Amino acid sequence: MQMLKVENVFKSFDGNNVLKGVSFEVNRGEVVAIIGPSGSGKSTLLRCINLLERIDNGMISVGNDVMVYTGENGKVMYSPDKELRRIRLRLGMVFQSFNLFPHFSVLRNITEAPVHVAGISYEKARENALELLRKMELEDKANAYPYQLSGGQSQRVAIARALAMKPDVLFFDEPTSALDPELTMEVLKVIRNLAMEHMTMVVVTHEMSFAREVADRVIFMDGGQIVEEGSPHEIFVNPKSERLKAFLRIFSDK
Amino acid sequence: MKLIALLLEGTLVSIEIFFLTLLFSLPLGLVAALGRMSRNRILCGLVKAYISVMRGTPLILQLMFFYFAPFYIFGVSLDRFTAAILAFSLNYAAYFAEIYRGGIESIPKGQYEAAEVLGFTKTQTFFRIIMPQVIKRILPPISNEFTTLVKDTALVTVLGISELFRAARNEASRVASTNPLLVAGVFYFIMNWVLEKAFHYAEKKLSYYR
Repeated sequence: MQMLKVENVFKSFDGNNVLKGVSFEVNRGEVVAIIGPSGSGKSTLLRCINLLERIDNGMISVGNDVMVYTGENGKVMYSPDKELRRIRLRLGMVFQSFNLFPHFSVLRNITEAPVHVAGISYEKARENALELLRKMELEDKANAYPYQLSGGQSQRVAIARALAMKPDVLFFDEPTSALDPELTMEVLKVIRNLAMEHMTMVVVTHEMSFAREVADRVIFMDGGQIVEEGSPHEIFVNPKSERLKAFLRIFSDK
Repeated sequence: MKLIALLLEGTLVSIEIFFLTLLFSLPLGLVAALGRMSRNRILCGLVKAYISVMRGTPLILQLMFFYFAPFYIFGVSLDRFTAAILAFSLNYAAYFAEIYRGGIESIPKGQYEAAEVLGFTKTQTFFRIIMPQVIKRILPPISNEFTTLVKDTALVTVLGISELFRAARNEASRVASTNPLLVAGVFYFIMNWVLEKAFHYAEKKLSYYR
């Protein structure tokens, strides 16, 4: 079943074309890794899907909910704000820089949105949050504050915070780029566990071995376009395009 | 003893001015800060001009303006106390506006984005996520303004309001001695000492996070 559909999305910033007609789909329970050089538009793509940026052209839908489409006249039509708010709750996002709320305890970072956005009772939200922290192996950090956490712990709290809203699709924007290798492993382990539970995920990453091992499908972006898309085997073992070959060579040299 | 009682009476008036000014200027400053950051050019320009004038002219002159100008323009004057509170509130709100703005603009964009993707409304984001962090950051500059305000209350003496400074000066000329002024100085210092303690306490209270 199709969970996310992105069609012919264009986005430019001050005349600088960052996305030039990107189309892809994600099915329920699928893990899609997006790889590509810096500036290829990967992050912008995630930000557009999560409504942090508005697209200039194209269509995005989540399940049966159309978030934005382009009319016959070429005009981009976003759904009404109320509808967008509802669709947004089907999506979760984890940032490179965690963006935890520093004035809230770990527990409150996770319960705040379920209580004040989703309207769940505090007791229920708390129970759910503690369960998520157990999954993240952070149950002893419930009352800690973000400044007391390592980067890996912070990112796992951010993942728990996103999961607490029970999104249909979870997006990761370079979740380990701010972490050293050891902490990267902690975070990747958590994402791997989510993949085993068939959480639908789209992960922008520079961790090639992770993409290869965990993703069901890999998308290679360059210059604001999807250059190649396929199974990890197709992408990493039998790359077709010269650009992908050149990109992978940089990593194998390391 | 009689001197102390006299000065205490004046102190009460000073304290009243202090609190009334804060009561109006703290919220007004926030409104002005939001106006100043507004994308609406006209609103932003108006607020900029207001802040510019309030910060660019002497407070003592503003006090006189709000007391005398209504008489020349409308033929009626505000009572001294109202005029004083009006001038103080508008003046301090201008300073607070810039402090709030600095605080709000210092919060990383990621905080807004994290709140947005979690589904918080703009209002929720501002009051639950942004403002608590802003308050912690602006505490030091706000404490500066508070202590300055305590001392600035002495300026209303130009409108003939009998607060601490005026009481002390009258008494000084009556007994032909500077002692009452010295005692008044001690009174101002004590008020600010209490404020300083209060701010230390508040900062400590908010030091549970970084």
